[in-house]
Amino acid sequence: MDLIKSIEAQQLKENPENFRIGDTVKVYFKIIEGQTERIQIFEGLVIAINNSDVRKTFTVRKMSYGVGVERIFPLHSPRIDKIDVVRRGRIRRAKLYYIRERVGKAAKVPELIRRKDSKKKKAV
Amino acid sequence: MLGLIGKKVGMTQIFDERGVLTPVTVIKFEENVVVADRNEEKNGYNAAVIGSVDRKKKHVSKPYGGQFGELAPKKYLKEMRDFDESVSVGDVLGVSLFKDYAFVDIEGTSKGKGYQGVMKRHGFGGGRSTHGSKFHRGLGGTGMAATPSKVQKGRKMPGRMGGVKTSVQNLRIVKIDEEKQVLMVKGAIPGPREGMVIVKKAKKK
Repeated sequence: MDLIKSIEAQQLKENPENFRIGDTVKVYFKIIEGQTERIQIFEGLVIAINNSDVRKTFTVRKMSYGVGVERIFPLHSPRIDKIDVVRRGRIRRAKLYYIRERVGKAAKVPELIRRKDSKKKKAV
Repeated sequence: MLGLIGKKVGMTQIFDERGVLTPVTVIKFEENVVVADRNEEKNGYNAAVIGSVDRKKKHVSKPYGGQFGELAPKKYLKEMRDFDESVSVGDVLGVSLFKDYAFVDIEGTSKGKGYQGVMKRHGFGGGRSTHGSKFHRGLGGTGMAATPSKVQKGRKMPGRMGGVKTSVQNLRIVKIDEEKQVLMVKGAIPGPREGMVIVKKAKKK
């Protein structure tokens, strides 16, 4: 089994997971069209993280012209150029599938605001 | 025919050169040694006998161990007819043999499934499970009446399933790791993990 682990280890990126569930992220995804390569940005809410190691994936949901679009990205895919966090979310569960049934304002995740002084206290 | 004896390590997923996540089976090659070189004059046909996985001399019978001469006895032996490359006894072969090929055929012993019914073993449709049906997973009729008043030979029936030699053809080579002596092919191959498999160059490509 160790041989498989070592093969998988070659594929892993270092610390690719700079976001959490509930965050709004921009995924810079490389698209190869014949010879040319371009980057497409997919921006939305991270509603789930599944599996582990090379198989680890995350689901991003966005509203596109009033239709919900979800896309599952393999976290360690070489086609992901980078992931930017646009907004942190305050959430209380690991999977945000309930968002699918909500419309409008109810489908929002409140922003996570960290108080500055609480951080300082920990440091001291 | 070009071929080697390998060991199925297991399955995983890797990103191929286009960045597509591909399911692969990992096959490990222990030292593959040419045990005998058979030729037209002496044996009436050309072949190379390949052995893999060393055993101790005291663990094999004398007649079996005798054929190895100076070499250590091998656990697995396979004769490859008309070996594509010229080899001599004692040569050590590895994955690099498959460097120029894109596809391989793999031969192994499938996992034993025990005594199975006709639905699993032969893919029969079976009957309805509800609405008063009394026919569920059985095989139905097995033949005609007074003529011929016997069941034809070869009738598909329940019985032992699996544990037989199985081949899978045209598996794409995704990656070759010479350092680890590992070959990765797309898709599944027969047999359990740690099972012995024979990897050959694809016959139909």
